[in-house]
Amino acid sequence: MRTRVALNVSPLPTNAFGSRALTWWGTIAFMSLEGMGFALAIGAYLYLRTRAAQWPINSPPPDLLPGTGVTIILLLSLIPNYFAEKWARSMNLKKVQWSLVLMSVVGVSPLIVRVFEFGALHARWDSDAYGSLVWFLLGLHTTHLLTDVGDTIVLAVLMFTRHGNNPRRFGDASDNAFYWDFVVLSWLPIYFVIYWIPRL
Amino acid sequence: MSAVSDALRDTDLDESQLQRRLLGIWRTPPGIVGWLSSVDHKQIALRYIVTAFVFLGLGGISAAIMRLQLALPDNHLVSADKYDQLFTMHGSTMMFLFAVPVMQAFAVYFVPLMIGTRNVAFPRLNAFSYWVYLFGGAMLWFAAFSNSGPDVGWFSYTPLAGPGYGLGKRPDVWAQMITYTELSALAVAVEIIATIFKMRAPGMTLDRIPIFVWGSLVTAFMILFAMPAIMVASTMLILDRLVNTHFFDVALGGDNLLWQHLFWFFGHPEVYIIFLPATGMVSTMLPAFTRRPVFGYTGIVLALAATAFFSFGLWVHHMFVTGLPRLGESFFTASSMAIAVPAGIQIFCWLATLWEGRPQLRTPLLFILGFIFNFVIGGLTGVMVASVPLDTQVHDTYFVVAHFHYVLIGGSVFPLLGVIYYWFPKIAGRMLSETLGKVHFWVAFVGFNVAFFPMHILGLEGMPRRIYTYPADMPWAGLNLLSTIGAVIFFISFLILLWNLMRSLMAGAPAGDNPWDAETLEWATTSPPPPQNFNRIPIVTSRSPLWRHRDEMPVIAGMRGDRREVIVSTLTEAEPDMLESSPAPSIWPFWTALATSITLLWSIYTPWAIVYGAVPIAVTLVGWFWPKGSKEDES
Amino acid sequence: MLTFSRPMAGPPQRAVRNGGLIWLTAPALGACSQVQSALSPEGDKAQAVAGLFWLFTAVCAAVWLIVIAIMVVAVLRGRPWEAAPDVEPDRRREHRVGIVVTSGTAITVVILIVLTFASFLTNMGFAGAPDLALTIRISGHQWWWQINYEAHDPSRRFETANELHIPVGQEVRLQFESPDVIHSFWVPNLAGKQDLIPGRLTQLTLMADKPGVYRGQCAEYCGAQHAHMVFYVVVQRPQAFAHWFNAQIGSAHPPQTDEQRRGQMIFMARACATCHTIGGTNAGGIVGPDLTHFGSRMTIAAGTLWNKQPLLEQWIAAPQKIKPYTRMPSADLDRGELHEVAKYLESLK
Ligand code: HEA
Ligand code: HEA
Ligand code: HEC
Ligand code: CUA
Ligand SMILES: [Cu+2]
Repeated sequence: MRTRVALNVSPLPTNAFGSRALTWWGTIAFMSLEGMGFALAIGAYLYLRTRAAQWPINSPPPDLLPGTGVTIILLLSLIPNYFAEKWARSMNLKKVQWSLVLMSVVGVSPLIVRVFEFGALHARWDSDAYGSLVWFLLGLHTTHLLTDVGDTIVLAVLMFTRHGNNPRRFGDASDNAFYWDFVVLSWLPIYFVIYWIPRL
Repeated sequence: MSAVSDALRDTDLDESQLQRRLLGIWRTPPGIVGWLSSVDHKQIALRYIVTAFVFLGLGGISAAIMRLQLALPDNHLVSADKYDQLFTMHGSTMMFLFAVPVMQAFAVYFVPLMIGTRNVAFPRLNAFSYWVYLFGGAMLWFAAFSNSGPDVGWFSYTPLAGPGYGLGKRPDVWAQMITYTELSALAVAVEIIATIFKMRAPGMTLDRIPIFVWGSLVTAFMILFAMPAIMVASTMLILDRLVNTHFFDVALGGDNLLWQHLFWFFGHPEVYIIFLPATGMVSTMLPAFTRRPVFGYTGIVLALAATAFFSFGLWVHHMFVTGLPRLGESFFTASSMAIAVPAGIQIFCWLATLWEGRPQLRTPLLFILGFIFNFVIGGLTGVMVASVPLDTQVHDTYFVVAHFHYVLIGGSVFPLLGVIYYWFPKIAGRMLSETLGKVHFWVAFVGFNVAFFPMHILGLEGMPRRIYTYPADMPWAGLNLLSTIGAVIFFISFLILLWNLMRSLMAGAPAGDNPWDAETLEWATTSPPPPQNFNRIPIVTSRSPLWRHRDEMPVIAGMRGDRREVIVSTLTEAEPDMLESSPAPSIWPFWTALATSITLLWSIYTPWAIVYGAVPIAVTLVGWFWPKGSKEDES
Repeated sequence: MLTFSRPMAGPPQRAVRNGGLIWLTAPALGACSQVQSALSPEGDKAQAVAGLFWLFTAVCAAVWLIVIAIMVVAVLRGRPWEAAPDVEPDRRREHRVGIVVTSGTAITVVILIVLTFASFLTNMGFAGAPDLALTIRISGHQWWWQINYEAHDPSRRFETANELHIPVGQEVRLQFESPDVIHSFWVPNLAGKQDLIPGRLTQLTLMADKPGVYRGQCAEYCGAQHAHMVFYVVVQRPQAFAHWFNAQIGSAHPPQTDEQRRGQMIFMARACATCHTIGGTNAGGIVGPDLTHFGSRMTIAAGTLWNKQPLLEQWIAAPQKIKPYTRMPSADLDRGELHEVAKYLESLK
């Protein structure tokens, strides 16, 4: 078929951040399907709660301390994360490198506290449906923490290699920060369900 | 950092040079490693399609055996135990390994072509998803051949599938197969959404998107919100069986209806996930054979969206006899009825297109007519079972079996067969035989109706589903025999298709770029399309670009001629916004899929598999994302 | 026992050749097609649903015919090939077609509202009366039905299996529970089905307008022998029902002949007693059906075999052959013992 050139796109940029980039849409799509997963798990929790005579079925409500600790750490982590994102967009290599190192450390700390969280539940996954549910919710979120922290660490290392100084990497860094926001925000409803619903 | 000035651009090349360069850049490397590393959406989609048809064959053969068993009363062809595995494998294979993947596969092949781009948004994710799908399906069927095929039905109700009753590893195999297939389906959905949102050719505004592409987009969103439900459910089931949690254990606060709610919250949308792409195919084929644009474009697109939206509020109509509150049930009757409206709108728009157009009775149109004929029957029986009182009689009988085969086969497989005749020339570069095609249609049409219509009556005469045999004195023998005869005829129709495919692969007439004089962009390139799809990306100025620009197609220049590059455009207006490099072939997605699959399989036996497996998965993922210093890695 | 005055048909040897599966005969049950059919209702609910069914069928058939008619005409109108279709069809024409399509949609909406309403009314009619004279507790087991007739006065309670007797023209309440997996109670001639779900109490009220025997079958897949989880509903005139009822209350008839006595001894000595209850003896097992009045029942093993001496012997000798995976193990008894046990069980009228 004969063709006629009607537009020259050579002046177009070769990278962009946020909703202009493809990966951003990939990230947000994965967020929404994972968010759906969280929502359904919470739905299951509330559903079984309505079926139970008392709730928790036969254990005291979980201790608030570790969970609340994790919540505070996660909320605070939003601040360095904000700068990580900002610097990534301004493609400042040095700052991005250090923000990623910082975020790796910040990312590991809630995982340490999380270990105690499981203990503070006062219910084993196999004690009853309540125990199964809280372990499920906590496990689900922990996998997200783990994967994103792992991702952050790899990216941090990558940033110190010769591949570091490259708009694509800065894009990855900003998406990584974006995803961390999701990991933090998705925790809040789960925190409420696990720690406060049994107290209502 | 905007465009590197010294980079080689297609503006510096004449047509033949450009052609050669693009081929060099986009072609998949030769050899087995190259084959495993392919990220070409066409190659991967083709693997998807062939694999899906192999699973259709396996599912169909299990169906054939079931039909033979049911042909005579008190028949001992297969044991109760074998029969239970057969219908479970049949249902699970058809739904999870055939219907959903095959629809997604056609999207992966044709969406980039129809929206005028060179690959999907995440080519490596695409490759990964195929391998996971292949391994998952293979696992299920190896289990079946080693007598560990799931035997608890395609919706694995607890407690029958739970730790107390599920035999050996059978339900675990089913649940894990779910993890594989949903993982790959979700991955494809994500990439389809990004592709359609951001990679449409300049000028393809929202109201110029081909309806098949709309269908694929809507479906992808449904997958995004429906499939997590069954991921959660099947994970809970595995945990109940493996580390004795109690999600579905009534003794310790669990509940069996929780399973049913979670399953059908996915299961109902699932059926429209299978159906909507098929309607998209119909709307896309019609113009070529009625010689006019499809009537009511906007109406059809809105109908697609409405169906998707409603479909999340229907699931309880699968649970009408579980003893839920009457008023609640009535609500779901109403919503199930409501979904008939968008379906009706689509049917009416197609009728209008036929009426206003100039129908040409080529094979694809025959299958479209057959589709309308059968699907409307299935849809209307759907409206019948949507009524709570009626459903209390026909639920779990052959009436329902008839309903869903009319909608699944009549509603999805018929358009699919039509689209094979329609798109095979584009994929293979050769035409299928019209005569064989017409024979195929009539054999399939007759066989299908003879096989499935009697099931309505059987259901009303009290024949429950999932029974491996029935006594001779029940009045069911005659109709069952008839149904089996129909099934055999239907089976033969597929052999005719198979023969037609083989024949024209050897000696089919060359197709040329646009054998049907169709309107959409996939016909603007050669058949089969080159690795780069288009030498120059077209500019879209109409819903029917190829009819609008018969003699000369406006195109784009200024893309790089020395690396894989795609145009990223704006969401609604599809204005070119940037040039992004597109990932080169890589074998790492294959390794990642392999590591993932082994981990999942292993986790059927021990929860620790997840822990050990995390290591190879992490390693392969790093290998996947770590830059190799290719032109595509550097931006 | 009006309906079963005639002996069950199907010469045993023929039945045996067919794996011992049941051979029903028309006379006992009326025309075959009515044995288990939603289309020949004999109860109030089945009646109402059948009516609704025909309404839906008529409407849907009409809709379908219209759609297909339009489609066929559209195609047969046969217009020639257009080499260069115009991209924007004539506006005014499109508009007129638009009106037709829109009104078609409007009609669809109206029809659907009517159907929904009809369905809703029928459904609301199904709320059974609050307190009923007769309440029967039914539990589904893999793969048989345990049936307990409830009563305030403990001496009027009793248990049976796989055969439900109800008085004609009287609404009775069935309360369902399941100790193992999900089953579904369905006797199409009388009413729609109702699931039996572990951990949940469900119920159904039944009313039959005509004496007769109606076949029912488990409708929710429940494992290997889902296909052989059949039961019969025997609808009797009040006095016949009362007669049956009183016979069931009493404990088992003591054995009369030596044969039967030996049979009883074997039954008690072997594993049988650990799984089956026979009222008035010290057989108190609860794994299998209560056999106190087994002799009075029509079938063996949830409608798998007719309750006849030779078939019973086959069943006891090899239940796993007749009904694979059933929870009853095959017993190693020699021919003589089998005969005696069977004779004893048959005597438990
Ligand atoms: C392609 C798949 C597909 C599609 C499109 C549909 C479409 C519909 N289905 Fe179906 N359904 C299944 C696949 C599908 N179904 C499967 C697989 C099962 C069984 C699962 C299992 O148990 O194994 C099932 C089961 C099922 C049930 C549960 C039955 C039971 O288990 O007891 C119900 C109940 O409401 C139902 C309803 C409907 C309705 C109302 C529609 C509607 O969307 C139909 C709408 C279409 C039309 C109505 C025809 C076109 C419209 C017109 C021509 C306009 C004029 C119409 C009127 C005026 C009425 N379906
Ligand atoms: C898309 C979905 C789909 C499709 C296509 C089919 C196709 C068929 N189905 Fe099935 N069916 C289901 C989905 C589907 N089914 C589901 C979900 C269930 C419920 C399962 C459950 O209860 O759990 C079910 C249950 C079901 C039952 C009820 C079993 C029972 O309850 O006891 C029966 C019984 O007759 C049946 C029959 C058939 C037959 C004869 C076909 C035929 O149409 C088969 C036609 C296909 C072939 C004959 C294969 C031919 C292909 C080849 C030869 C290879 C060709 C290769 C190339 C062209 C490359 N199906
Ligand atoms: C391990 C438990 C067990 C033992 C031991 C056992 N049965 Fe059973 N029996 C069952 C079960 C369970 C059924 C129901 C089978 C079915 O319908 O699927 C049954 C059914 C029967 C029936 C049919 C009852 C009916 O109303 O349909 C008879 C008769 C019977 N058993 C007799 C015997 C005799 C005689 C023995 C000893 C030789 C025996 N059983 C030993 C569990 C047992
Ligand atoms: Cu009990 Cu099926
Ligand atoms: Cu549905």
